[in-house]
Amino acid sequence: MIARFFLQNMDRRGGIFLAIVLALALLVPLSNLLMPAGSAFHVPTSTMSLWGKYLCYALLAISLDLVWGYCGILSLGHGAFFALGGYAMGMYLMRQIGSRGVYGNPVLPDFMVFLNWQELPWYWYGFSSFPFAMLMVLAVPGLLAFIFGWFAFRSRVTGVYLSIITQALTYALLLAFFRNDMGFGGNNGLTDFKDILGFEVQAQGTRAALFSMTCVMLAAGFLIARGIVVSKLGKVVIAIRDAESRIRFLGYRVDRFKLFVFTVSACMAGIAGALYVPQVGIINPSEFAPANSIETVIWVAVGGRGTLVGAALGAVVVNWAKTVFTSGFMAPYWLFALGGLFVVVTLFLPKGILGTAEALWARRRRPASAPAAEPAPAE
Amino acid sequence: MNAPVPGALTSSLLYLDGVSVSFDGFKAIRGLSLTIAPGEMRAIIGPNGAGKTTMMDIITGKTKPDLGTVMFAGTVDLTRLDEAAIANLGIGRKFQKPTVFDFHSIEDNILLALKSKRTVGRTLFWKTESAQQKRIDEILGIVKLADRRDRLAGSLSHGQKQWLEIGMLLAQDPKLLLVDEPAAGMTDGETAQTAVLLKEIAQDHSVIVVEHDMGFIRELGVKVTVLHEGSVLAEGPLDQVSANERVVEVYLGR
Amino acid sequence: MSFFYRLLHLGVILVALVAASVASFAQNADEAFRRLAADSYSDTTRAVEILVASAHPNAGLMVEALGDGRLLAGPGGVVVKTAAGGLVDARTGQTLAAAPEGLKAVRLNNSVRRAVQAALGGLSLLNPDPGKRAAAAEAVFKSRDAGLLPIVETAIGKESDPRALAALRQAQAAILVAKPDAQPLDRLAAIDVLRERGDQEALATLRALSGEATPALRDAQAKAISAIEGRLRLWDIAQNLWYGLSLGSVLLLAAIGLAITFGVMGVINMAHGEMVMLGAYTTFVVQEAIRANAPWLFDWSLAIALPAAFIVSGAVGIAIERGVIRFLYGRPLETLLATWGISLILQQTVRTAFGPTNREVGAPAFMSGAFDLGGLAITYNRLWIIVFTALVFLALLAILKLTPMGLQMRAVTQNRRMASAMGIRTGRIDALTFGLGSGVAGLAGVALSQIDNVSPNLGQSYIIDSFMVVVFGGVGNLWGTLVGAMTLGVANKLLEPYAGAVLGKIALLVCIILFIQKRPRGLFALKGRAVEA
Repeated sequence: MIARFFLQNMDRRGGIFLAIVLALALLVPLSNLLMPAGSAFHVPTSTMSLWGKYLCYALLAISLDLVWGYCGILSLGHGAFFALGGYAMGMYLMRQIGSRGVYGNPVLPDFMVFLNWQELPWYWYGFSSFPFAMLMVLAVPGLLAFIFGWFAFRSRVTGVYLSIITQALTYALLLAFFRNDMGFGGNNGLTDFKDILGFEVQAQGTRAALFSMTCVMLAAGFLIARGIVVSKLGKVVIAIRDAESRIRFLGYRVDRFKLFVFTVSACMAGIAGALYVPQVGIINPSEFAPANSIETVIWVAVGGRGTLVGAALGAVVVNWAKTVFTSGFMAPYWLFALGGLFVVVTLFLPKGILGTAEALWARRRRPASAPAAEPAPAE
Repeated sequence: MNAPVPGALTSSLLYLDGVSVSFDGFKAIRGLSLTIAPGEMRAIIGPNGAGKTTMMDIITGKTKPDLGTVMFAGTVDLTRLDEAAIANLGIGRKFQKPTVFDFHSIEDNILLALKSKRTVGRTLFWKTESAQQKRIDEILGIVKLADRRDRLAGSLSHGQKQWLEIGMLLAQDPKLLLVDEPAAGMTDGETAQTAVLLKEIAQDHSVIVVEHDMGFIRELGVKVTVLHEGSVLAEGPLDQVSANERVVEVYLGR
Repeated sequence: MSFFYRLLHLGVILVALVAASVASFAQNADEAFRRLAADSYSDTTRAVEILVASAHPNAGLMVEALGDGRLLAGPGGVVVKTAAGGLVDARTGQTLAAAPEGLKAVRLNNSVRRAVQAALGGLSLLNPDPGKRAAAAEAVFKSRDAGLLPIVETAIGKESDPRALAALRQAQAAILVAKPDAQPLDRLAAIDVLRERGDQEALATLRALSGEATPALRDAQAKAISAIEGRLRLWDIAQNLWYGLSLGSVLLLAAIGLAITFGVMGVINMAHGEMVMLGAYTTFVVQEAIRANAPWLFDWSLAIALPAAFIVSGAVGIAIERGVIRFLYGRPLETLLATWGISLILQQTVRTAFGPTNREVGAPAFMSGAFDLGGLAITYNRLWIIVFTALVFLALLAILKLTPMGLQMRAVTQNRRMASAMGIRTGRIDALTFGLGSGVAGLAGVALSQIDNVSPNLGQSYIIDSFMVVVFGGVGNLWGTLVGAMTLGVANKLLEPYAGAVLGKIALLVCIILFIQKRPRGLFALKGRAVEA
């Protein structure tokens, strides 16, 4: 039954995506660890970590596509769930430092010693345990999404209003995490990590393992999201996106369905954040910046919303372009390019790269029997 | 289904008494009273602004009345329930403007409407059973869309959408159907077919039809209620109602 | 007659007393010179006090030199090194060619410095300028230096300026309250004077009441303290209200353009903040041009910048509407994304043209400075911004209610197809409405350039607040925006003292998020017939 849930109606697009991601999970670490540094088949560790970061973003994009592309909820606060997952992982990594910090305190992280704190705040308890931290990676974003969604969806806050208050949510968290008294390292965030599960975070082997894990979680996230959207629940959710009041008159409790996908999506974003932190080595409050969340939206829009694969593709393409752009003489023009991307995609490519490509492909394959009237793109 | 529920306040399926609602001082409904017997089919007519759509909004929980009683099956106070709860009680609604799910196939539209548990868990792990599949096929046959079942609903013509929506109502298998202008925008042929379809449905469901098309109502041949300025102006067979002076004055014209 | 005679008698005695004390101090000046040479901090401190009391003609010169480390002393005498580098004999005031042997600079520590400060204050009590005298009295008030009591009282006797006199009396009262051996009756009167003054410093002085106090004195002190505290609390609330109004007017100014584009047209313009930013940069450019070409016009620079900013932001707004937004009507979420992209482009354009750092926008004379209104400190720039906001608000109301363009705008908002059928060119109205909203944002930019950093990120810091204001106030209602902005501004400032600036802001954001759950359409939303979604 589980296999049926995940694999029912697997299409070619999804199959190719899964194959690529799983191949990356295997081949990239192998080539990094086994091939000599000079070889053409060698992937340098830095490249691997960079792509690991892209794939974390891809998972975040898939989680956003689940709520935006399928349920019509434009969350401008998904960066918050990502960052909360990241902080949960960061807290675990901080506790693993032990007495190796600058101040050598066996219990308190450096920044707490610096602030003259005497004991560990209660909400840091348990984070020295990996399973507990992983539970929190899911539970904290999930719970926040659940509580927020509970209020918002029950009182039928929709459309731009919802977008604006999700943005206010991440902004409030940004302000909160900047405060030193919150106990999350304030401005500087959490960094200087040493070990994860007893392995050195910086070591090549650990990085390869993290990369593989990211690929596996991306594949898992994709399968879960796909399982949801092709199920009958997925059909309900799409119906909510297209005609919310109509589906209500069919007897579906719209708020519960929205709450379900929103919470699942937040958990997924939390996992992406948790995988991101050990690979980039830091988590700080700027991850909560509203601009980050909006950028995530544009990855999804570029790749093609409501396609899952497209969202992942968009995240990788945009971030790869960002790396290329900002590392060269073009650096000052990156924001022009990004801004232009927002405008061009919304005006000319509402279906994104994948959606447009598939429409072209479909037209070429059966030019005669093209569907009569494509329904107008829904909001 | 037609037997009155023991202990019920009334034997009627739907019972509205003294219902009033106003928007920003404008009284859309004033003191409306109406009863629908189990198995009855009723046509509602009235000029624009008579409160027909608002009445449907009240019955289906979209609008809460300021005053008055709305009882379903004699025991359930509809004013306390939301849209989904009312729908699950067995009240189905077809909108004035056909509203189907454009991005779903026609078959999926029917599947979504099909009577079943509407919980998150059930829908996540849904598997269509053969009896349910049979029922879907049957409905597709009734609304004459069986050969288009895999097409997106958005690609249907206006009239076909109306029919699909009626099909969805059938799939819901409600005790009471509210049908808002089913013949709007249809050709004469389609209108006639729709009347036949509705009469078929009325054989084992209670139906309220709101319509402007007098020919269509004549074809249905049922009791008619005339609404005017938010309350009932006249009630009875069509011939009797259309002979009523006041009705002629405010609605039918001379 | 006898009364007059007695008064005269009293006067004669007073004059004699003063003369006697001056004479006795004059004798003591020698002791001061001796103590200065002793090279000990306590002697130096005492010497300063003696010098002031002695009214030695060079006392001022010496104390000042001591404070600056220019006073040399030793067995050979005391010499002042003037600021220009010359040498002056402190006792005689004669210029010296060379300093006597063995002189060393008199050293200072904190207690000497305090004594010097107090002494300078005491010496200025006799300054010919009444303003300086009042300031000096204020300094004495703060130091409560009992050694200055005689000179304060002397000064009171001579004072004719009412302001300076009041200050002197307060200084006297402060000293008396702090002086344990003063007459209880005098101290009682002093407490009254302090209570009259009624500010933080008076409170601190009252708390410093020391020595054996009679129950009556203690009682008077307690009453005076509670009276002052009560008054200060009220002023404190008033001050916070003022800050709140000021913040509210800034929010209103930033949000009111949005209230038009979002509220009236339903367009989510994420580049709204950048329209404000463009207005601020226009002000900068206008000021630069004036500085370069016509500096005498500087006080008019803001008045010139206002229409310029309106035109620049308005034109950019119209360009955005015609170029992008009109293709996205009815798709609010996509409008949101596209305008966000535009905001990035505008920011980067400004960053490229003007650099990423803050630009200095000057304040004309009428915008700088502050005044006290009772216990309120009011700065002119905040005051003018409130006035300006009120004018902009009224002007917009008038445009929407009274002009043909406003009528057409409202028509298009309410029923686009009907308006179009009646011959209104809806496209043109859309562009003009958007231009108006953007132009108003530009005006806001001119005002905000006076109180905020003019940088490419200026707009970003206002956009979320502006949306909160519009959403909270209720969409499509300018009065709602007004109430929303003022409520948020005042609530923010009243929360700040308890929660701190950041926590207060977070609390407010959470409140708004919860509020929107309760009333998804804001405070002043119209309840309408349910429309099919």
